[in-house]
Amino acid sequence: MNAADLFALLPLLLTAGTAVLVMLAIAIVRNHALSLWITLVGLAASFASLWPIERLLPRQITVLLILDRYSVFYFGLILAATFVVSLLCYGYLKIHAERREELYVLLTVAALGSMVLVASSHFVSFFLGLEILSVALYGLAAYLATYRRSVEAGIKYLILAGSSSAFLLFGMALIYAQLGTMELARIATLVTTIPNNPLILVGLVLIITGIGFKLGVVPFHLWTPDVYQGASAPVTAFIATVSKGAIFALLLRYFYSSGAQSIRPVFVVFAIVAIASMIVGNLLALLQNNVKRILAYSSIAHMGYLLVAFEAGGSMASRAIAFYLVAYFITTLGAFGVITVLSDTERDADALVDYRGLFWRRPVLASIFTVMLLSLAGIPLTAGFLAKFYVVAAGVSGAAWVLVFVLVTSSVIGLFYYLRVLVTMYTRTSDVFPSQPAFHPAGAVLISLTVLLVWLGVYPAVLLDLVRTVLPISGG
Amino acid sequence: MILLWFIVILLAGGVLAWMVGHWSALASRWIALAAVCADFVLGLVTWVQSTSRVSLLEQPAWIRQLEWSWMPQFGIHFHLALDGLSLLLIMLTFLLGVMSVLASWSEIQEGVGFFHLNLLWVLAGIVGVFLAVDLFLFYFAWELMLVPMYFLIAIWGHERRVYAAVKFFIFTQLSGLLMLIAILALYFSHHQVTGIYTFEYADLLGSSLSPSSAMWIMLGFFVAFAVKLPMFPLHTWLPDAHTEAPTAGSVVLAGLLLKTGAYGMLRFVVPLFPEAARSASPVILVLAVIGILYGAILAFAQTDLKRLVAYTSVSHLGFVLLGIFTWNRLALQGAVITIICHGISTGSLFVLVGALQERLHTREIDRMGGLWQTLPRLSGSGLYFALASMGLPGLGDFVGEFLILLGVYQRSRVLTVIAAIGILASTFYALKFVQYAFHGPNTHEWRLPDLSLREGIIVAPMVVVLLWLGLYPQPVLNTFRPAMEALEQHAAVTMQALRR
Repeated sequence: MNAADLFALLPLLLTAGTAVLVMLAIAIVRNHALSLWITLVGLAASFASLWPIERLLPRQITVLLILDRYSVFYFGLILAATFVVSLLCYGYLKIHAERREELYVLLTVAALGSMVLVASSHFVSFFLGLEILSVALYGLAAYLATYRRSVEAGIKYLILAGSSSAFLLFGMALIYAQLGTMELARIATLVTTIPNNPLILVGLVLIITGIGFKLGVVPFHLWTPDVYQGASAPVTAFIATVSKGAIFALLLRYFYSSGAQSIRPVFVVFAIVAIASMIVGNLLALLQNNVKRILAYSSIAHMGYLLVAFEAGGSMASRAIAFYLVAYFITTLGAFGVITVLSDTERDADALVDYRGLFWRRPVLASIFTVMLLSLAGIPLTAGFLAKFYVVAAGVSGAAWVLVFVLVTSSVIGLFYYLRVLVTMYTRTSDVFPSQPAFHPAGAVLISLTVLLVWLGVYPAVLLDLVRTVLPISGG
Repeated sequence: MILLWFIVILLAGGVLAWMVGHWSALASRWIALAAVCADFVLGLVTWVQSTSRVSLLEQPAWIRQLEWSWMPQFGIHFHLALDGLSLLLIMLTFLLGVMSVLASWSEIQEGVGFFHLNLLWVLAGIVGVFLAVDLFLFYFAWELMLVPMYFLIAIWGHERRVYAAVKFFIFTQLSGLLMLIAILALYFSHHQVTGIYTFEYADLLGSSLSPSSAMWIMLGFFVAFAVKLPMFPLHTWLPDAHTEAPTAGSVVLAGLLLKTGAYGMLRFVVPLFPEAARSASPVILVLAVIGILYGAILAFAQTDLKRLVAYTSVSHLGFVLLGIFTWNRLALQGAVITIICHGISTGSLFVLVGALQERLHTREIDRMGGLWQTLPRLSGSGLYFALASMGLPGLGDFVGEFLILLGVYQRSRVLTVIAAIGILASTFYALKFVQYAFHGPNTHEWRLPDLSLREGIIVAPMVVVLLWLGLYPQPVLNTFRPAMEALEQHAAVTMQALRR
């Protein structure tokens, strides 16, 4: 490890430093605004450091981390999303929690864990990153300790994430026992020499199980709706975007560069998981009356759509996934942002009735939510449409016909519940509602997210150029 | 550039109408009206200019076009082009657009700004569909018309509006996604043969496909258009959507949205996949004839006036489908004339039924009767459009259906005879409509205001246009002839490429 290596690690170091700095600041003076500012500046600095390190790419740093355009792209995505979540948290915490500042520590630590994940090229860094992320998430999910649901969400997430980590470790151990290495690059060369070794297959399936838990895909999805509902809205936004996105990026890197994705049994397992996620996610969402739970099931379905592209394989697939994740991040942050803004001191605004006639009361907020929902449903003028188009294109180019048809039909089922929320918002009501605060600090964030979403939906050429360079194969 | 203006004026007018709507509903209406009228005038100017041009025999026969790079990574262009066929259809769009803004003048009282936003955006999407010659852009516009239409039905519709809106959305979205898969399959198979990634219509014409994949891809397109058209077993969304929509929504649905399906068949299905279309045509023709009879019979059985008019659309669009898949000169001319005339006559019928509902607060035909005494002008126009709809010689619909039947006769006599029975059946529902609603004793003792000046302004041009098309359709035929010849030629070229 030399100075250039250290310099290349700047984004990670800055993020870690931010966490420490916020912690120290809390020890000296408890000030909510100050903590937020330190976090924002730290995240922005880390984001800015992505440019100077670009000329050093690609770079293998020890055996643990690989910094290439792929990791840098996802660094950017994670940092930007964390930035938005911090802003959303500010207004939310002001009215909810007494101890507000520590949340930013947890948030930056979780971002750090995610960044380690997307850059990992070794089982050790994989596991370390995952645990840094998970442990921070336990704290985040249960952050509002006076709310019963929040604690319940935290404990549920703790138990399930803990057991999934155990699966993951066991899987890694089996592969290590068979191949004698934990390095991704070496596994890739060794795995092809012994294609159908049962222990490796079992190991892979156990790793898939562990990852599946984190992604919340069927049949490992049971925690998703409860945690989404229980955790506070901005934290849910974080879990839905950064945590899932980072794990998906990791999944793509591991299975593509090791060639494991093309092993027949693994392919079949993923196909089943994808189909089940799309169908179950969309069907169960139909039965919900809670907006957070609807979004939870919808995220299960979206992970299924992503897996369709994953299954199709090829460079088009990894680009499609990168594009999809960007659109999904913006949309999910926007949707949970609206919930955050609507929430009052009593509880989160997550019941469908809270949205009755929203358009006639708060047209701007309702319009933003409309755009987000339409993007989730994949309707034009939003980035969600192009993302879905890209994924279907990847599926068709890989001739994954069954998966593409399931995607199409299940996304039509999905329309039902998005439309249901829409209809609710546009229903006229004669009820009198208490006057709401006119301005929320998150308002500006939401408007910029909406503008970004529409811009990407209409003129995506810039992002398309960017994702072209994002290839998970090392050295690419 | 003018092609872009057609769309931008509508989009911008919609947003402006929405913003102004917070302060003044009336201003919002005027802005919407001005936007559509501006487009109409622009369209007229383009039309007049195009007739004075010498028709060049270049291929494809675009009058105007506009091409910008959009997503070069995929070979997607923002490519709009106008030929005679699309020119007529966008003129129809603007005409009915003016009509629907005027028709909602007093009907829509809540959320006026947002209503006009949706109305103008739906029109913009429709214009986009008629102008797009990049398949991706086409799909983009195709999907874009759905959401505003959904809102029009779901927010300002009648009793069962949410059910109807969701049903409409689901039907069109599912079929649209099937078309997306077909578009992508065409895109990738074109790449396999030529090594070029393109969504360009002109490039994809004559793309060589194996017969079986051509059939599958053709079916993907066909289903999307057949749902919109609607073809017989896929029509079930139509009566609900048409009935529950507000007047402007029904006008746009019947007059324009259905036409996008017919347009898609004409522009894409047959020219891109002539061989597949030909081998599927026996089945499609039979379904078209079933649709003609089925729509007419069910229309006769309705007691809800809007539903009655809605089912007549199924019948008339059956004729259009029959004409398109017969694919000879006469039948195609007939199909285009029918598309236009049906838009006008059915649109007007929906306006009249809307006017009746505003006065009577019911659409049930049993609650009417004898309205002629109190509403002479409205009843007179009702009779006129009902006669047009049943194909009275001298009015536009007759010309269209007559030409279609002539064309079909060359292909199959049996189908011609059965389809002609459909015209007979249309007399029943048209006369039922007139007889029960307007004639007879005024048993319910209705005393109502007759057509206002505004409503008169809506109806009068339609009367004139239908008469013009019925007596002297030649200018219209001349306008779209080069376009139709180009389409026929595309189909022939593609067919030859396949044979090679």
